[in-house]
Amino acid sequence: MTRGDPPDPRDATHAPDARELFLGFLRIAVSGFGGTLPFARREMVEQRKWLTAREFTDILAICQLMPGPNICNMSFCIGARFAGLPGVVASFVGLVTVPCIIGISLTWVYLTYGQFPAVSGMLRGISAGAVGLFIALGIKMAWVERRSPFMLIFAALAFVGAGLLGLPLVAVILGLAPFSILASWRWAK
Amino acid sequence: MTGRGSLTDVVVQFFLISFLAIGGANAVIPELHRMAVENHRWMTDTTFADLFAIAQVTPGPNVLLVTLIGWYVAGIPGAIGATLAMCVPAGAMAFAMSRVSHRFRDAPLRIAIQRGLSALTIGVVLASAWILMQASDVNWLCYAVTAVSVAGSLATRWHPLWWIGFGAALGAAGLL
Repeated sequence: MTRGDPPDPRDATHAPDARELFLGFLRIAVSGFGGTLPFARREMVEQRKWLTAREFTDILAICQLMPGPNICNMSFCIGARFAGLPGVVASFVGLVTVPCIIGISLTWVYLTYGQFPAVSGMLRGISAGAVGLFIALGIKMAWVERRSPFMLIFAALAFVGAGLLGLPLVAVILGLAPFSILASWRWAK
Repeated sequence: MTGRGSLTDVVVQFFLISFLAIGGANAVIPELHRMAVENHRWMTDTTFADLFAIAQVTPGPNVLLVTLIGWYVAGIPGAIGATLAMCVPAGAMAFAMSRVSHRFRDAPLRIAIQRGLSALTIGVVLASAWILMQASDVNWLCYAVTAVSVAGSLATRWHPLWWIGFGAALGAAGLL
């Protein structure tokens, strides 16, 4: 698709070029505190109309199924779809550059001034609060599946293996995946 | 910030770990911890928890923790190498998959695989929380902040940054 194509009147999506991809993923990155996906959906579906809601969900499903950070996978799929390899580079660089610069600067400040009690105390407080967000995220994900006992059982097994027992993640996933997939094949609605 | 480890080690380790990141970068936190603290001894538990805290307060993708570990171990080349090793092979695979998977969108086997892996993802998210809690909650007040944050995010629709800010304020005041 190029900019010269007539817009489809049913969903009126707009195909971005490499420059728009770069700026779009940059906006997603800098607004994404505590997870970028809600902001990605807002930017790409609601505000810029690059994708329909259905297309967004389909691409996200694949990116979650495949290994790798979800939003980085999305930058590859969406960049390639609209502008080929230059689109991939524009999307990915737009996504990671500014957060990396901010994060490394903050780490440098921490390593230089981290011995001050106020700074180390603040980081402890941030960690403690953020750990709570993780626990809540896990609980919310489990709550969605409350009617699928097999999913909760496999979630519990994965938690025991990777968390309580501290086993390598590859062993936990490769050991449990065949059974969890079999179970969902038999019992999923 | 150089000399804690070799760039090659960083790139190879993150390349391998990227294939375990099913469901997102948060899924590999237990593995990152094993690699950085236990196997290679690149950093202490406390440093790992602090880098996690910094990654949480920086806007952007969750993969930032990987960038910061890379930087801590092998400087700027480590940061770039870790980020690319984590994202590029996986991203290329996701793109290839997106082209084939479209044809099987409603196939029962595809749905079964996705549901089966999602179940494991839930457990791994909670395992990440467990490991981070061991690394970062050093006294009962830290556990109390974590508990408030869990309750707050389940019971309200407030922005998550409020709960992080609550912990930061108590910590900066010297209470934690």
